[in-house]
Amino acid sequence: MYTQALNSSDGEDRHVEDAARAAQFQARIDAEERIEPNDWMPPAYRKTLTRQISQHAHSEIVGMLPEGNWITRAPSLRRKAALLAKVQDECGHGLYLYAAAETLGSSREELVDAMLAGKAKYSSIFNYPTLTWADIGTIGWLVDGAAIMNQIPLCRCSYGPYARAMIRVCKEESFHQRQGFEIMLTLCRGTDEQKAMAQDALNRWWWPVLMMFGPPDQASQHSDTSTKWKIKRFSNDELRQKFVDATVPQAQFLGLTIPDPAMKQNEAGNWEYSAIDWEEFKQVLAGNGPCNRDRMAARRKAHEDGAWVREAAMAYAAKRRQRAALQAAE
Amino acid sequence: MTAANITVSETPLVLYTLRRADDALILGHRLSEWCGRAPMLEEDMALANTGLDLLGQARELYSYAAKVEGRGNDEDKFAYLRDVRQYRNLLLLEQPNGDFARTIVRQFFYATFADLYWRAMMRSTDPTLAAIAAKSEKESAYHVRHSSEWIIRLGDGTEESHRRAQVAIDELWAFTGEMFSVDDSERGLIDAGIAVDPAPLRPPWLKTISGVVDEATLVLPNNDWMQQGGRSGRHSEHLGHLLSELQSMQRSFPGSTW
Amino acid sequence: MATPNIPLWEVFIRSRNGLAHKHVGSLHATDATLALQAARDIYTRRGEGLSIWVVPSNAITASDPSEKGMMFEPAESKIYRHPTFYDVPEEVGHM
Repeated sequence: MYTQALNSSDGEDRHVEDAARAAQFQARIDAEERIEPNDWMPPAYRKTLTRQISQHAHSEIVGMLPEGNWITRAPSLRRKAALLAKVQDECGHGLYLYAAAETLGSSREELVDAMLAGKAKYSSIFNYPTLTWADIGTIGWLVDGAAIMNQIPLCRCSYGPYARAMIRVCKEESFHQRQGFEIMLTLCRGTDEQKAMAQDALNRWWWPVLMMFGPPDQASQHSDTSTKWKIKRFSNDELRQKFVDATVPQAQFLGLTIPDPAMKQNEAGNWEYSAIDWEEFKQVLAGNGPCNRDRMAARRKAHEDGAWVREAAMAYAAKRRQRAALQAAE
Repeated sequence: MTAANITVSETPLVLYTLRRADDALILGHRLSEWCGRAPMLEEDMALANTGLDLLGQARELYSYAAKVEGRGNDEDKFAYLRDVRQYRNLLLLEQPNGDFARTIVRQFFYATFADLYWRAMMRSTDPTLAAIAAKSEKESAYHVRHSSEWIIRLGDGTEESHRRAQVAIDELWAFTGEMFSVDDSERGLIDAGIAVDPAPLRPPWLKTISGVVDEATLVLPNNDWMQQGGRSGRHSEHLGHLLSELQSMQRSFPGSTW
Repeated sequence: MATPNIPLWEVFIRSRNGLAHKHVGSLHATDATLALQAARDIYTRRGEGLSIWVVPSNAITASDPSEKGMMFEPAESKIYRHPTFYDVPEEVGHM
């Protein structure tokens, strides 16, 4: 990734939207050229990307919490190591994404502060609780599965640093969904109690996972410009349908029932699902999901508890620079 | 199947191996508690890496203990179906994470010992232990590097970080003696060249510790009282809570596969 | 209160001997030692590297994309620098 330092020389004039530049910019996008940090870009493109990439980063970091909830209780050492590695990967992904967002001119600290102040959003899915071990399997299988559907097209996003971060993320995430599916398979081949645990988890996560793809196309406020700028290559509903079609046979293989009795396959082979409760989605985004307050409190606590450590490292670095300067002067 | 404790036939070699496995598991577990809570993302990554190294060591050691014991136990039975009195880890490693300073000091004391110890164990006449030692030594060497750089920054950082680091050193110091003690069960293994005597490792350990602590403008306590008991299952109260969390699934759903 | 900024570093990794160091990403660290450790912990978890460089991001001087024309276009017309510019009969074989 490039640096925010490179962007600091942006003069006022670079932000003045002039029609010729905008047209040139759009022509580059249409020609499938990648936009790099120092290139001229319309302010709205910068703003949209900063919002999207930082939300994505916040989601990775907040997303560590529901799964982190089970690291200390993982039922075998093999599962414990895999889960810790997976949640650690999510931390890494948040880190790559903050760095990608930083190339647009905001520092990680500003972005994090905005999130902690409740001014930035993160994925609604992480506001649901992980109540049993089966939730860990379901998150890997469905939440990571949905995330991959979203992220693979982002590897071709018009903004270079975001696309490169997504390539790295997708490569690392390839084990995450398999890890979750393996947990589900083990449960479904286990005792009746384990199978019931798996079904219960699917029942609770199914609808929230479908909401992860965002509002239906006719209601999505950002889709038009994002599509024009090739940030987004498929609509919310297209990706949601793709996900459902991929997931139904997997559920059948597991012997689990998707909690949508009216669901049926149409002539084209697509699985038609019932109406999604968008009111629930709206409430969760507004801060009223089952865990919103806990998630924010946990992030704020980590940030506040760590302040003295960050200050210590900064103070030490300053002292060392000072000593070096003194030595040089002698 | 029940969720009752397993019985372990603690021959000297089984006991020896379980002690090291428990060390690695308990400290790895403690570090895994940090996940998502570290002072910055970069350190979240580092603590998880260290935890994963230790979990890996634990699994290899448990598997070897199971093989030596030959009674059908395995890594998970050792980890999940022994109670506090059957655990054999050092008291130092079960101490709660506390703040970042306490976690780093605990890591620094142990890793500096473990690095010396595993390096010496590479010459064990037991080829499995020698191989585990060779792998663990490289991991520990990095843990020493990582933790000592932080000791220096915390000690020589701000007034607050200095104070917290000094408190951590003072409070954990009494748990360091146990690393160097030997009982009869281990004496025979040492004589046979299977295990190494940790006592001669104390001077080089102290030299490294003192050097870093000194650079960090911190001091080591004068108090020489050393707390013992972990190796024979006389633990602090903290371990029971750790185990009740670690073992909750295996205890609630006896005999299930996960 | 706004959180103070911790410096940004660029990370370059040599994936195996014989290859050049390649830019892999960035991280935040207060000094070079911690930056190198963090680079190891973040970017080599899957055995991706044998050697790491970390460079303070603000130490990089970059060309300005708006000067792309004068910087890079003049090279485009020098087609005689490329082997395909020259005709060699096929029967001469590989050259």
